[in-house]
Amino acid sequence: MPELRVYHFSEQAYHAAWEIETDSLRVTLPNRNCDPAVASNIINERLDEWMLCDELGLDIMVNEHHSSATCLSPSAAIPLAMLARQTRRARLLGLGFAVSLRRDPVWLAEELAYIDVVSGGRLDIGLPKGAPYEISPTNSNPVKITERYWDAHDLLLKALSHQDGPFNWESEWFNHRQVNIWPRPFQQPHPPVFVTGGSPGTARSVGERGHVLVTILGGWKARELFDIYRRRSLEVGRGFPGPDRFGYCALMGVGETEAEGHRRLQEIAGYFRTTSIVGEAFMNPPGYMPPPANAQWLKRNQTRGRAGDHFPATTRDGRKLKIGSGAGMGTGVSAQDMVDAAIAFTGTPDQVYEQIVEFCAHSGGVGNLMIMGQGGELSHAETVANLSLFSREVLPRLRELDQSAFVDAARERLEQPVATA
Amino acid sequence: MTSTRTIHSSTAVVDEVSIDLVRAGEGKQLLFLHPVDGVDPAQPWFGGLAECFDVIAPSHPGFGASEWPSEFRTVGDLAFFYLEAIRELQIEDAVLVGSSFGGWLAAEIAVRSTAAFSHVVLVDALGIKVGGREDRDIADVFAVSQEELTRLAYHDPDRRRRDYSAMSDEELLAIARSREAYTYFGWSPYMHNPGLRRWLRRIRVPTMVVWGASDGIVSPDYGRAFAAEIPGARFELVEAAGHYPHLEQPERFVDLTREFADA
Repeated sequence: MPELRVYHFSEQAYHAAWEIETDSLRVTLPNRNCDPAVASNIINERLDEWMLCDELGLDIMVNEHHSSATCLSPSAAIPLAMLARQTRRARLLGLGFAVSLRRDPVWLAEELAYIDVVSGGRLDIGLPKGAPYEISPTNSNPVKITERYWDAHDLLLKALSHQDGPFNWESEWFNHRQVNIWPRPFQQPHPPVFVTGGSPGTARSVGERGHVLVTILGGWKARELFDIYRRRSLEVGRGFPGPDRFGYCALMGVGETEAEGHRRLQEIAGYFRTTSIVGEAFMNPPGYMPPPANAQWLKRNQTRGRAGDHFPATTRDGRKLKIGSGAGMGTGVSAQDMVDAAIAFTGTPDQVYEQIVEFCAHSGGVGNLMIMGQGGELSHAETVANLSLFSREVLPRLRELDQSAFVDAARERLEQPVATA
Repeated sequence: MTSTRTIHSSTAVVDEVSIDLVRAGEGKQLLFLHPVDGVDPAQPWFGGLAECFDVIAPSHPGFGASEWPSEFRTVGDLAFFYLEAIRELQIEDAVLVGSSFGGWLAAEIAVRSTAAFSHVVLVDALGIKVGGREDRDIADVFAVSQEELTRLAYHDPDRRRRDYSAMSDEELLAIARSREAYTYFGWSPYMHNPGLRRWLRRIRVPTMVVWGASDGIVSPDYGRAFAAEIPGARFELVEAAGHYPHLEQPERFVDLTREFADA
């Protein structure tokens, strides 16, 4: 059974901007609010933390967003390129590269192959579909974005894996006549692909292709999505997928005492209180969702409103938590609430270990855990303490975790006739 | 100005595409090309036109309940579709009227052929670029809230707010489909075709450009620049109206159209 891999993730938020009274931390907040010296400190601290991961036995996950105070990385390829050179061991996951928003997936393939070669084959390629608020900053047509995404995905993977001279690509979305990238990637036929998905449709599509399905802060409903993946994988003859095909991303604050862990978590959870402060127009551009879903959205949202239930987290016993950033949200949510909703692992090392094991058991085996070990205003020193303690006290036990019983339980569950519950 | 005339709403198959069509009135034919949201025949402007015209108001492919063939990628494709529709629906010696996005579409049709039309009326039309690269000729409707959009679009926004929660699922779906298609065709280059301006000179039938004085989406100056590209085009400013003068000043709009087309 493959080990459980743990990636450390931070959004590299410019948290100084969180004090600004604004209805949008994304797209429209003027960048005069960004002090480059402050940004420089933030980015270098985050890079130092990822370098530390290489020593601590943790893997590395970076992301990208555009025109946003919530994330200073405009391309996951940039931090990964630096880390490819400066680390020796860690896997380097970009989750991800907004491939359908890029003008040219071939150019992205070239950058990814370079990173993979420099790192000696440590790149993991995450391909998210792109959040609605990335649409305007990248001037990407929101209509038919899912079709464009899969076309970009196909072109990217062909560019990475094709070795027989230039090939042609004339699709609805992309036009090339001479695709033949140099260098080609270190890993064959191409680096592993991770896809984020919160919808049944995505889970099916990813299961069909055998990529790693990652659920970000989806809580207990990850199991539902993983089961859709498992069923589809069986249907298309890929067999029953092991834990390495699944990933889960949640917040993580650990401490010598429960109180210390909870305090760290609450600082990281500043993420929830800011990430969905987005101007109404950018929350759901027309066409981003299919028309029937948009019709219902119109009905519910007279004014589309800011934030809403951006993270409508639900506990295992069905209690709904308002964890987003709208009025009255977030601040009243306790560390225990977040644990109950499985959107955070927190407390002492024993507690964190047990929470992770419970989540993996419930989900039928999870091979990739992405912990947000830094977020919000958690300082560099506190982040180092958080990650070091995790690495010393939790990681070795996770490495020894045998998930075969979790997988067997999932297999049994799927072999049962579909229950009506 | 409400009409007592019969309004026929139907689904027509034109050039193998199923589209919604509203038709009312008698007299000279008038093809009305709608803006993002479709035609509501209960509106006074519609009844007013139907008093003296045979008004033919389709929903564009992809809009409302009309089918959207995947080959239709540009406003130019919609224009060719309409040239086929004009032939199949036997539209002749007609008035071509287009509002906003429908005005852009009307211009794209007219630069290809005006054979079926005696007159063209463009109402707060989109479709061309008149300013420099850093001038935003057309307000970015995808970057403003619903409330701001209502303020930009109407002279009197207080009378124009819509209650979506009171609408049927069918109406809401039609709105959602229309906005999706409008976004697709107008996303980039934003609400215009860089090639269109050069060809506006091909519109050689009498043309009137009608503009709401309070239009916050495309200014009257944009309208004047539009008119200047069309040989002999007349420009009419409508006071106390925004982007949709036919909605806010229906009598004035109907009178102008009727007088211009001599109907």
